[in-house]
Amino acid sequence: MEKLLLLGDEAIAQAALDSGMSGMYAYPGTPSTEIMEYIQASSDARERGVHMMWSSNEKTAMEAALGMSYAGKRAMVAMKHVGLNVAADGFINSAMTGVNGGLIVVAADDPSMHSSQNEQDSRFYGKFAMVPVFEPSSQQEAYEMIFDAFHISEKYRIPVLFRITTRLAHSRASVQRKKALKEKPLSIPSDPMSFVLLPAIARRKYKTLLSSYETIKSDSKVSVYNQFTNGGNHEMGVITCGIAYNYLLENFNGKSPDIPVLKIAAYPFTKETIREITSLCRSVLILEEGAPFIEEYLRGILDDGLRIYGRLDGTVPRDGELNPAIVGKALGLPVSSVREVPSIVKMRPPSFCKGCGHGDMFDALNEAIRPFGPGHVFADIGCYTLAALPPYSAINSCVDMGASVTMSIGASDAGLFPSVAVIGDSTFTHSGMTGLLDAVVKKSAVTVIISDNSTTGMTGGQDSQATGRLAAICEGIGVETEHLRIIIPLKKNHDENVKVMKEEFEYKGVSVIIAQRECIQTASRRKRNEAANK
Amino acid sequence: MKNDIILSGVGGQGILSIAAAIGLAAVENGLFLKQSEVHGMSQRGGDVQSHLRISDKPISSDLIPYGFADLIISVEPMESLRYLPWLSEKGWLVTNSNPFINIPDYPSAEEIIAEIKKITNHLIIDADNIAKQSGSARSGNMVILGAASPYIDMDYESLQNAVKKLFGKKGTEIVEANLRALQSGRDATPM
Repeated sequence: MEKLLLLGDEAIAQAALDSGMSGMYAYPGTPSTEIMEYIQASSDARERGVHMMWSSNEKTAMEAALGMSYAGKRAMVAMKHVGLNVAADGFINSAMTGVNGGLIVVAADDPSMHSSQNEQDSRFYGKFAMVPVFEPSSQQEAYEMIFDAFHISEKYRIPVLFRITTRLAHSRASVQRKKALKEKPLSIPSDPMSFVLLPAIARRKYKTLLSSYETIKSDSKVSVYNQFTNGGNHEMGVITCGIAYNYLLENFNGKSPDIPVLKIAAYPFTKETIREITSLCRSVLILEEGAPFIEEYLRGILDDGLRIYGRLDGTVPRDGELNPAIVGKALGLPVSSVREVPSIVKMRPPSFCKGCGHGDMFDALNEAIRPFGPGHVFADIGCYTLAALPPYSAINSCVDMGASVTMSIGASDAGLFPSVAVIGDSTFTHSGMTGLLDAVVKKSAVTVIISDNSTTGMTGGQDSQATGRLAAICEGIGVETEHLRIIIPLKKNHDENVKVMKEEFEYKGVSVIIAQRECIQTASRRKRNEAANK
Repeated sequence: MKNDIILSGVGGQGILSIAAAIGLAAVENGLFLKQSEVHGMSQRGGDVQSHLRISDKPISSDLIPYGFADLIISVEPMESLRYLPWLSEKGWLVTNSNPFINIPDYPSAEEIIAEIKKITNHLIIDADNIAKQSGSARSGNMVILGAASPYIDMDYESLQNAVKKLFGKKGTEIVEANLRALQSGRDATPM
């Protein structure tokens, strides 16, 4: 079979296509975005009619994928780790309904927060929902695991959580393809009530889930990924999770370590899986990319059994991603001195692209809000969050998707005036619309600026569900026409834009200002494509 | 054979094209490869880097350990210094001399050059100017790759083939411009 050079994300996408997946669902989010983008670029997927359109948010994506599973076909939904918070309701309850066609939920975690607001570890969600979790350590393993994940999902009629981290998602390696499977035919569940979580049915389904979670531990398609290798020196054994395994091997120059190693890549696992190494070794080092998930279980509340080294005793830093050096130090290997970064090297934080419309919008906002002093602007998740940094220093919050609108409402309730929200177009349709409805119903004194660049910019310019619909959506929600203003954020319109903002700040009800100018990255890409197609 | 390479620059300067070219050449030579990239937030004018590892044996870590890099290839001079902890004792630093200034406290050119010269094995070239002279002004990144090519343990021909493959879809003119840039970078390297 053919060998391909693929990112971890792309290996997952290719494997899903080769496993006969019929529908891919997602909302863009680093480091998960390339999964959907790979499917969208695949001619095979297009010819087969595989679903490949973006969803409004992770919850709608999750539920649509569950719907495809209900109809008997294999589906996958992908998101960044914080996206799973948005999708959590559907995700947790999909474990209760169970699935019909195989269903894989990919959560791409971002330890060290390269492009995220926290570094939550999605394995907790797997345990919480009581679904199996796969955590590959390489692109090839990710590819192969997807086949088994679909198999397990259908065998136990349960969704499977597929956890990856940034370094796997965005690292390229060669992947050997397997023989492709056919897509499944349309077929509704044999039990017509199995997706109806009325309490009486839910109680029955919960017992099934509890028992499946136990049985899955011993299934060979799960346990095969948890491999123990013995080594001569029993002073200290090592348990690794996911890509921590690679950093361990790196410290042994790719040779087999001379110490016992348990590589964990699938959950849940049996007691025996752990006992093999703990009974053999006087102490155990636990290397996890993310939170001390296994470590906390092994220590327990009393923490008075085995000698354990890991993130909780400081052998490994409590936060941040791992690397070969951290692992080497934890193993007690000698640390060699390295060159230092000269002090003249300065930080180079990300910033707005030259000519970005968000910048012109913030110039106007800063001038309009200045008379009221600092602390009035709630922002959201997207490129415009960069306005927190100088020279703009224009925003006072960035919490989660949609929180700008709702926080501005609460602050206005408390008496803050003016209370301003800044949100991007795609973030608005992701999670801002419901908050705006609250504001309209309550007649909150808020000004919501939708900085509309007609794309999902920060993740690289994916289609935005909002494009061409924003004014109609706001009107439909009930924003008064005279307080629904559209401005073009360009330097030449600066004075006029400041005036519009000042007017709307003064209005003691809901105003929406749509600042509309296409993302310059998307625009130049579009122009290049148009020129190439001439 | 093992080459651990750090590629560095500022978001939008095209370091991923350099990585892709070396990657394609590695595949042509039947080598193992791991290449870690930065996507997302940092791409907006921030510092970006890529860890590229090629070897005739399987590679474990996607990240290069400190002190292991055989080569730093940088399209921006200050960025070349940011990754010195990765550079091995005998490693080479090949960088463009043209600064990309988008921060207020950017150091002076003299300070940067002085720091680079402290590295025994260094090569500073004016890639943008060389690209212009070779008639392919937009291919500064391929000039840098050409300049670094003597320090990569693969035939120059396989890099040329990779450039042909990488830009093939964009037409003969663009392929030729990039090949010229690659060659002029290589010619700028004292052999």
